Amino acid sequence: MQLPLASYRLPNGLLVTLSEDHSAPVVAVNLWYHVGSANERSGRTGFAHLFEHMLFQGSANVGANEHFELVQRAGGTLNGSTWLERTNYFETVPSHHLELALWLEADRMGALLPAMTQEKLDTQRDVVKNERRWSVDNQPYGTWWERLPALCYPREHPFHHSLIGSMEDLSEASLDDVAEFFRTFYTPDNAVLTIAGDFDAALARTLVERHFGAIPRGTGRPALPPMALPSTFGEWKREVVEDDVMVPRLFLAFRAPVFGSPAYYAGSVCAAVLGQRRGSRLYRALVREREVASDVSAFTWDLAKGADLFVADATARPGIDAATLESAVVGEIDRLRTEGVSPDELERALALIETDYVSSMQSAGDRADAISKFATLLGDPTVVNRQVAQYRAVTAADVTAFARDVLGAENRASLLYVPRVQTEVVS
Amino acid sequence: MKASRPTPGTPRPYEFPQATRVVLPGGLRLVVAPMRRLPLVTILAVVDAGAAGDAPGQEGTAMLAAAALAEGAAHRDGPALADAFERLGTAIESGADWDDASIRLTVTPGRFDEAMALLSEVLMAPRFAAADVERLKAERLAELLQQQVEPRGLADERFARAVYDPSSRYARPAGGTPASVRALDPAHLHAWHTARYSGATTTIIVAGDVTPEQALASVERRLGDWTRPVSPALTVQTIARSASRGVHVVAKPDAPQSELRVGHVGLPRTHADYFQAVVMNAALGGLFSSRINLNLREVHAYTYGAHSAFDWRRSAGPFVVGTAVKTEVTGAAVREILLEIDRMRESEITADELGLATRYLAGVFPIRYETTGAVASALAVARVYELPDDYFSTYRERITAVTRADVHAAARTHLHPSSLQVLAVGDSSAVEGQLAALDIGTPTVTSADEGAGQ
Repeated sequence: MQLPLASYRLPNGLLVTLSEDHSAPVVAVNLWYHVGSANERSGRTGFAHLFEHMLFQGSANVGANEHFELVQRAGGTLNGSTWLERTNYFETVPSHHLELALWLEADRMGALLPAMTQEKLDTQRDVVKNERRWSVDNQPYGTWWERLPALCYPREHPFHHSLIGSMEDLSEASLDDVAEFFRTFYTPDNAVLTIAGDFDAALARTLVERHFGAIPRGTGRPALPPMALPSTFGEWKREVVEDDVMVPRLFLAFRAPVFGSPAYYAGSVCAAVLGQRRGSRLYRALVREREVASDVSAFTWDLAKGADLFVADATARPGIDAATLESAVVGEIDRLRTEGVSPDELERALALIETDYVSSMQSAGDRADAISKFATLLGDPTVVNRQVAQYRAVTAADVTAFARDVLGAENRASLLYVPRVQTEVVS
Repeated sequence: MKASRPTPGTPRPYEFPQATRVVLPGGLRLVVAPMRRLPLVTILAVVDAGAAGDAPGQEGTAMLAAAALAEGAAHRDGPALADAFERLGTAIESGADWDDASIRLTVTPGRFDEAMALLSEVLMAPRFAAADVERLKAERLAELLQQQVEPRGLADERFARAVYDPSSRYARPAGGTPASVRALDPAHLHAWHTARYSGATTTIIVAGDVTPEQALASVERRLGDWTRPVSPALTVQTIARSASRGVHVVAKPDAPQSELRVGHVGLPRTHADYFQAVVMNAALGGLFSSRINLNLREVHAYTYGAHSAFDWRRSAGPFVVGTAVKTEVTGAAVREILLEIDRMRESEITADELGLATRYLAGVFPIRYETTGAVASALAVARVYELPDDYFSTYRERITAVTRADVHAAARTHLHPSSLQVLAVGDSSAVEGQLAALDIGTPTVTSADEGAGQ
């Protein structure tokens, strides 16, 4: 499976990739800005994400919330999302509305600030605080995705702090912050634009030039603090969280090679061997045989700077205590390190990864997002066409070496949730 | 101030994948929708074996049986079965909804026939081994236990209890209650399988890179002989618990937000007003730019998002507005929701609002069906609710034919302010007074585990 790709750069630095496919009359427009929570200054946790909300509050020629309305009225879907090292914005529209999507994205890249008001910022600040309550504070285990990086990255490291942000820092965010963040990071030379689906390439190039061509280049993205870290934690970090939960859950994290590196692919296969589907080691041993867990998984965070995280997680069956759960997970990981990975296990993992990867290329929106991801994080959109080969090149020895190098006792971080009050469990 | 907006080009034609339909002599139906873009095929088996048919006291049978299909079949135990599928680069997902049980997988075309062979074992000859059934029961009980501290699931479950009369199957979770799940054993599952799973109640849907001839040959070989008489499915009674408004608080001490559900018994999927109700709901709370979301999120900043929906089932599922709001504004948010429901009934929506709803629903149709999985799911819905064969080819016309007067009529006929049930999962000490002050009924307060054993 090879996607047609044509990439070029506008004089202002915007990297554009076109991927034509005429099987359905839909087209996806996808923009990644190379900025995320890692780029926030101290005292402004959560700002990159709050800023993403502000991008839907209008721009010089678009009214508040009109972006959503115009796209939906055109019969399209849209959204945005923020992660540690990038922020993306995307629309999928009936193909004859391509120009609308490009115009909307260009208007806010070129002229956001005239539309910004204190009232809009105050409203979105409250919306985001509600998002925090909904996704973090009022959900069992909901704090895991801010506690885990806090445990695994040193305090001064840009991946350490919370992406959704603290209520205090959100309260502090000002219109001046909005203006500064916009001028610094929302520039064409810090963005990639991907168009995937049903479009005419010559017309698309004309439209991109028409709407994005005049947007001035930025002054250059300020360098992040040093991202590099030693290859392991050098210890077994531990944090126990008493929370409003009924059963323990363990997140066992490991410092891992960055996204896109050769060892990253071995790590992804290792995650599948350990935690993908019912044939995986953790599922077989913990869910099916020993019945100590009701749910297991293993995955990578896909961070491309400094160090990534490899995570195995397991939720205890009622009546199983946290120590039993943790020793069961650790036991399987140690066993994998001792035994190594068999060719059969490798084949199972590769077969699943390949089907999932091809499946993930079905919709124009997903294809565009994958292309933008490789263009932003690795500087090369064509990596999208080498993924299957990269995975197929991984050998059982590579996965065994990954387990040996990365999953050892001196490179573990246990984030363990336990019920605040030991509940009487009826069996 | 505004520069001119881009004008759209000429719409390109779109056709939903053409499906070939065959009924085998044993009664099994086959629906094949070729989609050639990528080397993938989705196989989806839908069986008329949904949770609506659970016998009283045995709620959870349909879902447990469907889940247990993956735990071993014919001469393979669970691990061997998982291994066999996963070597083909796929895995089955089996489960049951109110109106059907389904087993699905996606595989590359070269492995289609092998996958079909395994799938047929799973459908026809499940093991339901005692140890596996006990384990799945324990997992369901664990889920129910965890739900007591998970506000969204808890709100959904309690809302169903508030809306439906206890005699209705819909008053209890599709997956069953702790008491009903504990009572189930392999004999129940075998009996259920014998009564409900048969060629006569099954449709195999194939969407993707395969020809109708290939699919038919494979299905005939594996499932052509599968036939046996089945018992008729039960019909769900959808009596409302109360004809008057009710206000319910489920206590979650110290919760920073209230998880809200506001609604009543809705409409069955096959109701003649389906399209009018869909457009009406889109304008009311179905879209980001709908009245309820813009009011609660963008005007008042009470919430991260608010949404309304008809839960479409064979019998009348609920109509519900759902959101999560900061504790201090729980009463104010409910008041706005009630106002928006009233406003929908008072006068017609604007031409702009109608255009937004209908153009959105018609426009996203091709975007929704880009994947083999989505096309298979759509064909399954069409089969389960016996929608006409031209349903997908006429969908967009039928949406755009809905008028402002239709929407108004749908609101007046199908929204019932006087019988709304208002439910909040939250900090009852802060929420109860706010809801009482709305003067829409006296709140009843219950605990998160109340009735959990029933």
